[in-house]
Amino acid sequence: MRTLIFRTVAPYLASLMILFSIFVLLRGHNEPGGGFIGGLIAASAFAIYGIACGVSPVRRALHFHPMAISGTGLLASTAAGMLSIFFKVPFMTGLWLDIPLFGDSIAVSTVMLFDIGVYLVVVGSITSIALALEERPNS
Amino acid sequence: MNSFMPSTTFAVLLLPFIAALFAPALTRLLKHNAAWILALVPAAICWHFSGFLAEISAGEVVTGGYQWVPALKVNFSWYIDGLSLTFALLITGIGTLIVLYSGGYLKGHAQLGRFFSFILMFMGSMLGLVMSDSFLMFFIFWELTSITSFLLIGFDNKREASRRAALQALVVTGGGGLFLLAGLLLIWNVTGYSEMSLLLRSGSLLADSPYYIAIFVLVLGGAFTKSAQFPMHFWLPNAMEAPTPVSAYLHSATMVKAGVYLLMRLNPVLGDTMAWHIVLPLFGGTTLIVGTLLAIRQTDLKLMLAYTTVSSLGLLVMLTGFGTEKAIEGAVLYLVAHCLFKGALFMVAGIIDHEAGTRDVTKLGGLMTAMPITFAAALASAISMAGLPPFFGFLAKEEIYAGLWQVSFWGGLLTIVAIVGNALMFVIGFVVALKPFLGRRKLKLGNVHEGPVLLWLGPVLLATASLLTAIFSPMTHRLITSPMASAVEGEPVSAYISLVPHIGMPLLLSLITVAIGVFAYINVARLRALMIYALYKIGWGPDKGFDQFIRGTVRLSFRVTNFIQPGRMEFYMKVIFILVAVSILLPMALFDEWPAMPQWPDTISRYEAVIMAIAAVGLFSVLYAKDRLTAIVSLGIQGFAVALLFMLFGAPDLSFTQFMVETLSVVILALAMTRLRLTPTDHRPLKEKIFDTIISLACATAFVLLLLKVTQLPFDTTLSDFFTRYSLSIAHGANIVNVILVDFRGTDTWGEIAVVMVAGLAILSLIRIRTRPANAIAANDPAEEDERL
Repeated sequence: MRTLIFRTVAPYLASLMILFSIFVLLRGHNEPGGGFIGGLIAASAFAIYGIACGVSPVRRALHFHPMAISGTGLLASTAAGMLSIFFKVPFMTGLWLDIPLFGDSIAVSTVMLFDIGVYLVVVGSITSIALALEERPNS
Repeated sequence: MNSFMPSTTFAVLLLPFIAALFAPALTRLLKHNAAWILALVPAAICWHFSGFLAEISAGEVVTGGYQWVPALKVNFSWYIDGLSLTFALLITGIGTLIVLYSGGYLKGHAQLGRFFSFILMFMGSMLGLVMSDSFLMFFIFWELTSITSFLLIGFDNKREASRRAALQALVVTGGGGLFLLAGLLLIWNVTGYSEMSLLLRSGSLLADSPYYIAIFVLVLGGAFTKSAQFPMHFWLPNAMEAPTPVSAYLHSATMVKAGVYLLMRLNPVLGDTMAWHIVLPLFGGTTLIVGTLLAIRQTDLKLMLAYTTVSSLGLLVMLTGFGTEKAIEGAVLYLVAHCLFKGALFMVAGIIDHEAGTRDVTKLGGLMTAMPITFAAALASAISMAGLPPFFGFLAKEEIYAGLWQVSFWGGLLTIVAIVGNALMFVIGFVVALKPFLGRRKLKLGNVHEGPVLLWLGPVLLATASLLTAIFSPMTHRLITSPMASAVEGEPVSAYISLVPHIGMPLLLSLITVAIGVFAYINVARLRALMIYALYKIGWGPDKGFDQFIRGTVRLSFRVTNFIQPGRMEFYMKVIFILVAVSILLPMALFDEWPAMPQWPDTISRYEAVIMAIAAVGLFSVLYAKDRLTAIVSLGIQGFAVALLFMLFGAPDLSFTQFMVETLSVVILALAMTRLRLTPTDHRPLKEKIFDTIISLACATAFVLLLLKVTQLPFDTTLSDFFTRYSLSIAHGANIVNVILVDFRGTDTWGEIAVVMVAGLAILSLIRIRTRPANAIAANDPAEEDERL
């Protein structure tokens, strides 16, 4: 699998895919996309990078253990649901905030935080499985 | 009861647990002298409860408590009457002495702090048990005593025998606790009461209920295991592996009496029935005789005492079951007397062991001059145990005979049982108290001297109590015996028995008992030889049976696990897919819910035909693939074709996800396959191939039929209308699918991502296991275990 072409292209391909995955994640609320699909795209980006260049560069690039990323995601999603406690509304109620920026306004919400959590859980879990499988048993 | 009112009784119930928390630190600071400070805790509690004596002896009851789970009508409430007050005083009074004694007995032990902590926790649990008004609280404390007893028996956890005894006690008493829980829930269900105080006023509600026998059996299941009734008595002698303070406290004075307490507590509502009058004396009487006979066989001081404890518990159960007013009074008197003399005798056995280095009665002798204080305490306690004046045991035995003696077959039989049991206990009492002290000094013993004050204080005070309670019997009866007997009986009774002997049947029976006892004491060596021979002839008893039971359970579970989990992937997959096919096809067949034949579309557009052709090509190449990798990739072709179809029919989100899932499955499957080191080609025999084909066709048919059926059913649009209408206005999102995922049904997604993460962790650890050496996974085959042993 480790042809020269694949090895050369893989880093660029992976970065593009991750960029795309974030795009898909953020646009998900109004257009096709969302945290789950975005997470899958990012996970396949890491898988491709790993197949092409080996596992250790991916682990270095990720910096954190993938399972830690996954855990952070679950924490973020839970926090997004729990924030409602401070506003005395039921668990998981979406809370919205419009932040004015450069004359336009950006809607920030707990729902978005929740979706980012989903994204991180999917990326973390699947990447950690894929990387563990890619590692040779005795290397 | 509604609002939280601070109460001293509540604080006092918590105090032992709080003290248990600080005991290790205190012991680190003060070494064994921490006992003096820690003993203040039970002493203070004892003081608090003795404040209730006046009120209770006047016939009052004290209740209190807080709501715990109001929705389930569960309260944290206590109930103080004559029965629970006497128990509380015994627990804390003897507890004070035991804490002091422990300080002397385990002086210099590295884990003394932990020991204090355990014993205080036990004290709190036992106190909670006798104070509990609500059933659930009673059960929790009941199990807590089992757990703390487990910790204490296994205190010397480096020894195999201790660990076994601890586990055995936990299994037997904990298992009995489950019976009790079922019994209590049934009582709750039948009467609607969840509190003892209310239940005791329910009259004959339980006795008349059709569930009476079930309740009766379940309650006995709890009481008989806890109070070591034959044939569940075996755990108690084994529990002698515990340090002697534990044996003196838990396994003679308090915990083992919890079963008797339960029977006495429920006597007013469960008693006075045919079953009660027959079953309890039957088991109690058998336990009494078996216990004393087994005690004769022993030469170890502690084991002799342990078996007589078993028989004393039998006697108490027998009397409670017999149920006449005098019998109940006898039981009450004997219970108090037993706590005093047996606690003292256990402590004496501990002192002898501590100072002389052995508990074997055949190796001991002539210690009287070396240990005069211990000897005095032992002698006084043995006299009480033998039922001779001027000690409290005499009152108890007289009352027992007065209660049992009737000119009827049943009364006569039980009287004979009681005489034999008492005579044999007379023997054991004096063997323990006289043999080590009298006779010639055994040379091997070396220079033995009296133990420190921490050790002999307990037995001396208990022996004194045996004497004083008997001499001032009117006061004892007014404060302790009569209120407690009234609580057990359910109506006011008063005891009058005193040290002044009355000429009558009980005195005659006592004289017979003493005569038999003296005769047996002289011939004790011969009796012991006889018992050893008899037991040898009988073979294995319930103790061995327990081992067989445990081994059988382990073997059975191993077989079952081996059958359900043979560890072969193909087997699992086959079972799963067969079940999938059956669970879809069977309901359709049973309810005749087959889908109608779908209408064949008139025209198929060219691109649809092309996509379907791609899917078909993918499937064929899976079937014709020479190696696994090709098959996996070909499976991907079919997946992509399906994703394209989704796209064409207006489900971009679904299609998108399908693409990604398909890509990742191919990658991960391929990676997994390369690691599994399977043969690249299919090696299944033809028969298996055909079988697998049938399974896969059945699954496929099932899914096709299911999908057809689903699309043919009328479509309820309520939900889709709702989501379409409100997606943008409520949830600020135009993509309905995503809005449902992250907002409307967010909690579902939340659960799902948690599952994804846990699954990821599980897969990760499975992959890691593969990289370790094969023998790193421990085998659980009991056969191998046996071989190693």
